[in-house]
Amino acid sequence: MSKLVVEGVSRTFASGRGRPPVKALQPIDLEVEANDFITILGPSGCGKSTLLRIVAGLEAPSEGRVLLDGKAVTRPGPDRGMVFQSYTLFPWLTVAENIAFGLRESRMAERERNDIVASYVDLVGLKGFENHWPKQLSGGMQQRTAIARALANDPEILLLDEPFGALDNQTRGLMQELLLGIWERRKKTVLFVTHDIEEAIFMASRVIVMTARPGSIKSDVAVDLPHPRHYTLKTSPEFSALKARLTEDIRVEAVRTAQTQSARGGEG
Amino acid sequence: MLRPLHPVPPGLKTVLGIAFFVLFIAFWAWITLGGHVNRVFLADPLSMLRDGWRLLVEDRFWLDILITMWRVFGGFLLASVVAVPIGIAMGAWKPVEAFLEPFVSFARYLPASAFIPLLILWAGIGELEKLLVIFVGSVFQIILIVAVKVGATRRDLVEAAYTLGSSDNGIVRRVIMPANAPEIAETLRLVLGWAWTYVIVAELIGSSSGIGYMIINSQSRLATGQIIFGIIVIGLIGLASDFAFKALNRKLFPWSLA
Repeated sequence: MSKLVVEGVSRTFASGRGRPPVKALQPIDLEVEANDFITILGPSGCGKSTLLRIVAGLEAPSEGRVLLDGKAVTRPGPDRGMVFQSYTLFPWLTVAENIAFGLRESRMAERERNDIVASYVDLVGLKGFENHWPKQLSGGMQQRTAIARALANDPEILLLDEPFGALDNQTRGLMQELLLGIWERRKKTVLFVTHDIEEAIFMASRVIVMTARPGSIKSDVAVDLPHPRHYTLKTSPEFSALKARLTEDIRVEAVRTAQTQSARGGEG
Repeated sequence: MLRPLHPVPPGLKTVLGIAFFVLFIAFWAWITLGGHVNRVFLADPLSMLRDGWRLLVEDRFWLDILITMWRVFGGFLLASVVAVPIGIAMGAWKPVEAFLEPFVSFARYLPASAFIPLLILWAGIGELEKLLVIFVGSVFQIILIVAVKVGATRRDLVEAAYTLGSSDNGIVRRVIMPANAPEIAETLRLVLGWAWTYVIVAELIGSSSGIGYMIINSQSRLATGQIIFGIIVIGLIGLASDFAFKALNRKLFPWSLA
C-alpha cells in the first residue's frame, strides 16, 4: 500500500458577494511510496502550496480525502512534519529549544530529548549555535533549524513548502545538498513544493508538474539519476535533458497564467 | 541643512535634549525672578526648590509620595492580574471575544474620574476607593490592547506548532502566550503611565494623603512652589518607573531585542 494517498482532492475558495467562487485545485489523485522524494513543480499561484497544506491538515479539501498509512487526515499532527517558506522558528526559543519543541509536546523525558536534539543539531551542522536566538541566525541557518525541528519529531512524511525560496542562490544550492544528503542517509518520505525547475529535478526521485490555476497534475516524471547526488550533476547531459523537458512543460503553464491574469486586468 | 528623516549625531542629540530643559527653566526664571508675572500665581524655580525641600524635611512629604506610589502600583497590579488573562482569552478564543468585546469597548470610554463619586459612595474615601479608581481606569484598556495583540499572533507560528503536534491548549500555552509576552509587558508599561494621572485625580477628591492631596491643599494656601514641586515629583517617579519597566522587559525578553 502507498504511504500517502491523495484521492480526488480539490479546493474551492469562496470569494465574496456576487462573485463566483475561485477554484484553486481541480480534483487531484496522487500516490506516494514510502521513502520517495517527490517534488511538486508548478508556476506560482497554481495551488501547489494549497495541496501541501491539505496534506498537512492545515486546510480542508473541498472534496476528496488524504490518507497517510491508510488513515484519513483531518487535522495537522506530528506525523506530518512541515517546513514553511517563511521563517517560522519560535523567536523566544533558542535553536536547541526550537528543535525540542515537538518532543516536549509529546512529553518525552528530558534526557532522551536532549540526545535527539544534539543529534539533529549535528545533522544540520549547527553545532555551537544551540543557544542562539533565531534572529541571530542567517536565513539558511534558520531553515536548517526548521528542518531539524521537523525531523526531530520523526514524522511519517516531511512536507516542505518552498523552504529555500527566500534564500540567495548559493545558500539555496548548499541547502539542497544538505537536505538531499540527510534523505540519502536516513530515508524519509518527502513532499517538496517548489517553482524552481533545477531544484525540483536535483532533489527528486519523482517530479509532479502542475498546471496553472486551477491546478491539476500535468505530468509525472521519474528522475532516475544516481545517488548520492553531487551539485555537478546539474551540468550533466541527463540533467539538462530533463530540465529542457520540464522547462517546456512549465513554460506553457506560466504563459497560460500570464494570459488569464492579463485577461482579468492583472488581478491576483 | 535640515534633511528630512536624516539622523542626528548622538552627541548633538543629547545636547539638544538638555538645551530645551535649560531654555525652559531659564524662561521660567526670567518671567518670575524678573517680575514679569505675579509671584502669588507662579513661584520662581528657587522658591520651588526651597518649598520642596521644606516639604520633604518638615512636612514628611515622602510619606505622601510612598502612599501615592502604593496606590498606583496596587491598583495597576490588580487591574493587570484581572485584565491580562481576560485579554488573552479574548484574543485566543473568538467566541469569548464576541461575548466581551462590545462591552469592554463601551466601558473603555467611561471616564475613571467620573466614577469617583460613585466609588466613594461604595467604598468610602479609604485606600480601596483609590485602588478602584485606578483599576477602573486601567482594566478595560489593558483587556482591549492585549486582546488585539494576541489576536494578531503570527499565524505561521501557530501552524508550525500544530504540525509539531501541539494541541489547541498547547497553542495557547506554548505559542500565543510567549509570542505576545513582550508586547503585553509593553502594554502594561504604557498603561502604568496613565495610572499616574488617575491616582492624582483620585487624590484631589476626598483624600487626606498623597501627592494629589498635597497639591490641592497647597492650592488653598497659594503655595504654587509646592504644587510645581509635586508635579515634578510625579513626573520623575513616572520616568523612573518607566525606565525600570523597560529594563525589566529587556531582561525578561532578550530574544525580542537580541
